[in-house]
Amino acid sequence: MDEPESTRAPDTIEITRRTVVETGTTALLLTALPRAALAAAPVDDSEPPSPAVKIDLQINGRSHSLTLDPRTTLLDALREHLALTGSKKGCDHGQCGACTVLIEGRRINSCLTLAVMHNGQSVTTIEGLAEAGKLHPLQAAFVEHDGFQCGYCTSGQICSAVGMLAESRSGMPSNVTADLAEPQPELTDAEIRERMSGNICRCAAYPNIVAAIKQAAEMPT
Amino acid sequence: MKAFIYRRVDTATRAAAAAVKPGAKIIAGGTNLLDLMKLQVETPSALVDINALPYDKIEDTPDGGLRIGALVRNSDLAADSRVRKRYGVLSRALLAGASAQLRNKATTGGNLLQRTRCYYFYDVTKPCNKRNPGSGCAALAGFNRIHAILGASDQCIATHPSDMAVAMRALDARVETIKKFRLIEQILTAEDEELTPTMKLKRNLVNRKYKELIDGMYADA
Repeated sequence: MDEPESTRAPDTIEITRRTVVETGTTALLLTALPRAALAAAPVDDSEPPSPAVKIDLQINGRSHSLTLDPRTTLLDALREHLALTGSKKGCDHGQCGACTVLIEGRRINSCLTLAVMHNGQSVTTIEGLAEAGKLHPLQAAFVEHDGFQCGYCTSGQICSAVGMLAESRSGMPSNVTADLAEPQPELTDAEIRERMSGNICRCAAYPNIVAAIKQAAEMPT
Repeated sequence: MKAFIYRRVDTATRAAAAAVKPGAKIIAGGTNLLDLMKLQVETPSALVDINALPYDKIEDTPDGGLRIGALVRNSDLAADSRVRKRYGVLSRALLAGASAQLRNKATTGGNLLQRTRCYYFYDVTKPCNKRNPGSGCAALAGFNRIHAILGASDQCIATHPSDMAVAMRALDARVETIKKFRLIEQILTAEDEELTPTMKLKRNLVNRKYKELIDGMYADA
């Protein structure tokens, strides 16, 4: 047991068939992994690293199967894997709203969620709003009221407005709602501005965005 | 973002078992965690997605209060008619924070568990005792506009960023966590199969061997 270092034979490792097989497997596994995956190799070997996850998403009414690195945000899945580049990457930290999409009808920042977390769910992007070649009322209103200059924030603004109008119709209050007990707060200009505050427009097209949303809000659904 | 293993769990038992593994983090809304992972302030080796757990309800308690599930989204909590009528300050606090997109995703539990917004905690090039214990606190002699006036120490002057938590505190809300435990009538030693020779618990074996005891704790929950 307490055999001194010096007396131990230098090559006591016995190479068996099994060690060769194990080494071979490990080598294969290592080459298949990206460098970043190796850096964060899990301590617990009961769960081997699994870089790719298979998911199904219903995007704009169509079913898509994707095999993704779990790190892929929903935004990157849309833009880089499905070529749906309408949703924009602005800050990539959930502050600007350019990446806004609807999941099961609710608006969220697609940059701050992982695609794998939405397996089986339905996603609506700006590409899915028009029906049969006819612009969505909000899209038409943005064109009519010139609700943009450069247009980079526009798809996020419009998707956000779709979600916002649904929230408003369901009676959701906002930070400027005077009476929380009011079941159906009126959608004033101040309400629209507050409710759309998660979407930043660097060109400051805000007055026209508010006008466009106001017009669309008054249309029957 | 560092690589991680993604796992979606559908029971509290599985979530707890997966979350105690070294390097594992629980993800629900992910609006804070993913933000920090992109900056590599957080580098979990595994993400345990708990969105499928049944904790998204707001229930009336027999004594006239409300029991809010950890997975209730911020927007749903703010819009709940009971919260609006009886606990207006909670609705107001929620609606004053973040944006509609973030509130649609962020959860009640995650709001309480979010990390500080201290600039130096976010900046991995700066010393921060919270991020890297023992490295020092850059905020002490730095830009400290958002930092603590009361309750600070020589080690950290960061504040908790939650508005919701302040309202909950004012309302004397209590946090409920799973605290059941069972004792086995045996003092474990390295000779026992439950422990490794270095006295580390073999979790998988324990989970299998005491399955009945563990399941029993959740049976009447």
